[in-house]
Order: sequence, then structure tokens, then C-alpha cells
Amino acid sequence: MKEKNGLTRRDFLKSTAVGIAGAGLASLPFESVAQKGVEPPPLKPEKDAVLRVLRWEVFVQGDKDLWNKNTKKWEETTGCKVMTEYISWEDVRPKAAMAASVGAGHDIVLGWHDDPHLYPDKLLDVTDIATYLGKKYGGWEPVCYKYAINPRTNRWIAIPMGGPVNCINYRESWVKEVGYEKPPSNIFEFIKMCKKLKEKGHPPGFALGHAVGDGNNWTHHWLWAFGGKCVDKDANVVINSPETWNALEAVRELYDTLIPGTASWLDPHNNKAFLAGEISVTTNGISIYAAAKGKWPEIANDMNHVNMPIGPVGKPTELHLFNQAFIFKYTRFPNACKHYLMFMLEEPQAAPWINAMIGYVGPSLKDYKKLPIWTSDPKITPFRDCIANMLWNGYEGPEGPASAAAMAEYVVVDLIGDVCVRGKSPKEAARIAEQRLLRYYKKKVSVPKKEAPAPAKKEVPAAPKK
Amino acid sequence: MQIQAEERGWLRLRNAFSTLMENRNFLGFLLVIPAEAILFIFLAYPFILGLWLGFTDTVIGRKGDFIGVGNYVSLLKDSTFWLVTYNTFLYTIVAVLFKAILGFVLAIILNRDFKAKGLVRAIILLPWIIPTALSAIVFWWLYDSTFSAISWSLIKMGLINHKIDFLGDPTNARISLIVANVWRGIPFFTIGLLAGLQTIDPTLYEAAAIDGAGSWKRFRRITLPLILPLLAVITTFSTIWTFGDFQLVWVITKGGPANATHLFGTLSFQRAIPGGHFGEGAAISNFILPILVLCVLISFKYLKRED
Repeated sequence: MKEKNGLTRRDFLKSTAVGIAGAGLASLPFESVAQKGVEPPPLKPEKDAVLRVLRWEVFVQGDKDLWNKNTKKWEETTGCKVMTEYISWEDVRPKAAMAASVGAGHDIVLGWHDDPHLYPDKLLDVTDIATYLGKKYGGWEPVCYKYAINPRTNRWIAIPMGGPVNCINYRESWVKEVGYEKPPSNIFEFIKMCKKLKEKGHPPGFALGHAVGDGNNWTHHWLWAFGGKCVDKDANVVINSPETWNALEAVRELYDTLIPGTASWLDPHNNKAFLAGEISVTTNGISIYAAAKGKWPEIANDMNHVNMPIGPVGKPTELHLFNQAFIFKYTRFPNACKHYLMFMLEEPQAAPWINAMIGYVGPSLKDYKKLPIWTSDPKITPFRDCIANMLWNGYEGPEGPASAAAMAEYVVVDLIGDVCVRGKSPKEAARIAEQRLLRYYKKKVSVPKKEAPAPAKKEVPAAPKK
Repeated sequence: MQIQAEERGWLRLRNAFSTLMENRNFLGFLLVIPAEAILFIFLAYPFILGLWLGFTDTVIGRKGDFIGVGNYVSLLKDSTFWLVTYNTFLYTIVAVLFKAILGFVLAIILNRDFKAKGLVRAIILLPWIIPTALSAIVFWWLYDSTFSAISWSLIKMGLINHKIDFLGDPTNARISLIVANVWRGIPFFTIGLLAGLQTIDPTLYEAAAIDGAGSWKRFRRITLPLILPLLAVITTFSTIWTFGDFQLVWVITKGGPANATHLFGTLSFQRAIPGGHFGEGAAISNFILPILVLCVLISFKYLKRED
């Protein structure tokens, strides 16, 4: 309990920054992961192009340092200029939408989840660079095809940059104390472990407030793990199903084991509670570990990570924040934009960039999982596989305004909250969620006429069947 | 001949212009145009745009079509919207009531003579002066389920044996937010009413005292009737602000747990900006409108009476 007394708010805030900065400085050995003999598409950046890039303010300083360094390198190589604007990650969506609406603004945006599908017809086709990068770096993770391809045209409209990913964070000694080597991957065993942890006075804690990242991620995972889902492939609302009820029955058991107060938790709460020694298990990115390494080494030594448990569906069903870069058609420098994004994801730039992010952002290109950062510390390794394990927001339906609205409305977080916090029965909660989803999914968004489905071209790699 | 005609025309125009300039109504109109333009561009236009958006199905990145009252009908069938309506009324009524009572009491206390009167009055204003986003963060920490200073103090004093779940339980969360709002809003009542109290002629009280009126009677018969119009106006303003509150809720709970603390303002933002449904978000804001118009009418009535 020593660490509990030692932690103050100020310490927490300071140490997060220190830990991140310290870890980011580690230089790692370099060994090429690229496939040989893959020719890049012939792109010639327009002369004296000036690109305006909008991206989210970073979670790790190393991200910004290397991103800026790589950008400078591109400027030197091409003689063009890049103006990068960093804004809070939650503000990217409205700003990008404004640009899409008025047809002017940033040339490139690094947005989230469904953003490209809110205005697909306004985005530049980037199939050529996506295909090239995929071939050269071992292919894209399966979820990328759903996120970055416009299903109506079967063309890439965005370049997946990876995602700030979540794992189960746990205290090794406490988990061992209740008889487990590590948190079990079977979801029912996982609940059993949580019960034992609570009995020992070390309850778990998962954010169940309107936490944009942590709340949405684990609740979607939980629902999908039991086979529940908001919509089917054709966007019919199917949330009110026996699978959902099962998920809700199970989550009620889990909720009984949690530390009081999780219903109010926003994104930072679980970090603070974990570092204060109040909880034994939570879901989070690597930020807790990074902070602990800087200020609370006893916690860093005693903590570890595993991927999210697997439910009755028998396969991983994770959800993580997902980041992708897209180019607006109105840009005066389409070639320069594409060249820039391609350049940033080429190994000489991407490898040090991903290494500098010390496991915060999981890669979307498969071969970047071979980078040394993922094995430099075994506690980072589970984050490597998160993007491979993830489904998309709005699973199993299409990406678009409805899936974006459902997530922004916290339908799944509230579904679980209704059962755990408001004491509703699983069937009642599922019915409420169904009503809320129907408000968005019944409104089919009309397909612009000029965008008749184009036949798929050979260069488009088909999404792997799962 | 032609030149003469031209000159005559010119003269006539000049005369007309100077007559126009001497017309007080026209000149007045001309002089307020700049101010009107600013009001139109920054107030009326966004307001009208908001009204219009409420009647369309605009989503982010796409132009919407006019759908009449579609958004409103759909909202009336939405259980979340009804929950939010309930939350907003509860929040406003309870918070304004407490702000008014506590603010009035404080104003009466501060109206007395005591040492360091000026300093105390300045301190009273603090919650009002601090940016809301900042005080919201302070309350966010005070209500934290792990680090709450309130829980910590009560546990150390031996009054409770576990941390209080301020924001995790729907009822607690509502109470906590109302307390934060009351804390922030009291100074507005206090300072406003204090100014009013000071305008009451002391001879009235003296005369009443000579006639044998006790302090309660003096309050009932002199203070209250004289301060009532001002109290009504201040209450109206406070109601408008509380009804449209956003920052406190958004920082502290984002509307959770399970939508128990969502207000019109936060739900409207959530659906319009992160959710991308501009039309629906605008429609929710427009629901605030009739209430605000009512408030303004009441306020007008009392302002007129004061004149």
C-alpha cells in the first residue's frame, strides 16, 4: 500500500510526461522489415507545393518529435512545404467535417474511426499508395480494409496509420495471489478471477462513464465477445438478441466485482486509480506503464499486460481507437499529398516513429509488428497484436454516419450502464438500445447518384476472409 | 437649357438629401446600422441558421434537406430525450431555487455593517469570476471516486468508512452537479440583490421600527416588496443560464452515468458535433427556445414595472 500514500495529482500528471519522454528516448537497433523489389507508384510532387496537415495532438511526445522530423526530411527531399496543425483529438472530426462541407481547408487530415465514411465522395482515391504500402510491408491488418475502403466504389479513401490500442493492465502479484499466472483469456474465467480479486480487497476497475476511448473500447469488446452486435451486415439493428442478453448477464457479474465509482469514470480515472494502487485490473493503453516507469517503479515492476479476454464467439473481438489519414479532393497538390503520406509510412521514417511511440500506437501494416520495440520489453508485446485483433466501430455493419452517431451517443456504454448502474433487466436495456440505434440506422443515407459502384480493379487487394 | 435642367435636378436631389438627413427617424436608423449589422452577423444569423438546421436532416459533411418537424417528432419518441428533459428541468428548478435562497440570505448578511466589508464582498464574487471550465475541473477532482478530498476528509474524521460515489450513482451525480452549479451561481444573486438592498431608503426601516415593526415584519413589508422586481429579473437571467448550462456537465460527467446528467445543451452538442447529426442537435437546442422566450417575457414585464 506504500504507493497509495505516495501518489498525488501533481505527481501523476508530472510523471506521465516524464515517463513518456524518458521511454521515447531509447534508441533501438534497426533491421529492415520491407519486402524487396516492390516499385512505388510514380508520383511526382507538384513543384513548390504547400501542404496543410491537420492531426491530433499526440499522446506521446516521441510521436510528435519523430512526425515533425520525418516531415522535415520530406520537405528537404522534395522542396515542398508542410504546415502541420495539432489539435485536441476530439476536435479533429468537426474541423475536418467543416473542411469537407465548405470544400476548403486542410489538404490532409489524420482523423478517427468512421471519419472518411462521413464524406467519402469528397476524398481523394489513394488506392495506388495503399496497394504499394500493403505489398511492401506484409499487407494491411484485416480491419484496415473495412475502415479505409469505400464499399460503394471499392477504392481506398484513407491510409490507416494505426491505433492507440488498449490491453488488460494488471498487477502481477495480486493476480498470482488469487491463483493465476496471468489474467485468463477465457472471459468466464476472467470474471472468476475478478471475483477472487475483489474478495482479496484488490477490485478491478473499468470505465463505465462516458469515456470516449476506454469506455467505448471495453464495452464494445464485451458485447461482441458474446456474439451481440448493434447491426448485421446489412445495417439491420439486431442488438436485442439472446447473445446481447448473455453479454449483459455476464457483465452484471463483472460489475459486482468492480471498485465503486466506475460508473462515473472518464478516460483518465482508471489510470489514476491503478497508479494509486486502488485497482488490480483495468483496460488501458500503455500510458499507465509509461507513467509508472517514470515515477513508481515498484508498480511498473509489478504490472503487466495481456490482450482482452475471448468470449463464447471464440475469437478476439477488440475495439481500439483507429487513426487514418485522408486527402481532400479539393487539394491543389494531390500528388504531393499522396507522396507525403507514402513517405511517412516508408520504413526509414515509420520504423523510428513507431519505436518512439513505445507501444502506444499499434501498427496497421503487418510487417511493422517485427520492429524491435515490440519485443524490447515483453510488457509491451501484447500491444503489438491489438490492431490484428480488432473489429471496426459499427461491426458488423457498414461504416458511416449511423455508426459514428451510435458511438458518439454511447449506445453500447449506456446499454451496459443501464444494466449495471440503473438496474434494468438485460432485455429492457437491450430494447432501449434497439430504440436508440433505430433512430440512426433506419435513416438510410442516400447514395449520391454520380457514385455508381465502379467495378473493382485488379490492383485492389481483396479483404481477407475471416 | 440642358445644363439648367441638370443643375435643377442636382439641386433637387441635394435638397431631398438634406431633408432626409434632418429627419430624425431616418438619421437614427442610419446611425444604428453598424451596430445592427454586428448584431445581425454575430447573433441573428447564427440564431436563424440554428432554427433552420433544426428543420433539416443535415449530417456532418453533407447538405441536408428540409424535413419539416421530422426532427422534433423523432425526438419526442426518443426516451433519451425525455430523460434529458427531465434532467434539465430538475437541474434548473432545484439549482435556481437554492441559488436564489442562499444568494438572498448572503446579500442580507453582507448588507450589514462589519469590518472588512469590501474585502468579503470581493471574495464572494470569486466563484462567479473564475472561468467555469476551471471551477468544473476543481469539482471534477473533488468528486473523484479515488482522490476526492471530501471523501478523504470525512474518512479521516471518522464520519464515514468508505469513499463516496459522487458521480457513479445517478442520484448522487445529479445532486453533485447541482451543488457545483449553486456554488457558482450564488454570487450573481448576492451581488445583484445587494445592490438592490442598498438602494432601499433606510428611513423606511426607521419609520417602521418607530411604528413597532419587528425585523421579520420589516423584511416582509419593506425589503421583499421593494426587491421583488429585481429578484424576478435576476432569477430570470439565472434560469436562462442554468437551463442552457453546458460546461460544468461536460467537464465533470459528459452526461453520464447512463445519461443521468445530460442536459439539453450537452445532448445537443453530443449529437451535433461528435455524433455528426447537425439537424437533430439544432432541434434539441431549439427546444430550449420557448422556455427562454417565456423567461425573457417575464423579465420584460418586471423591467417595465421598474420603469
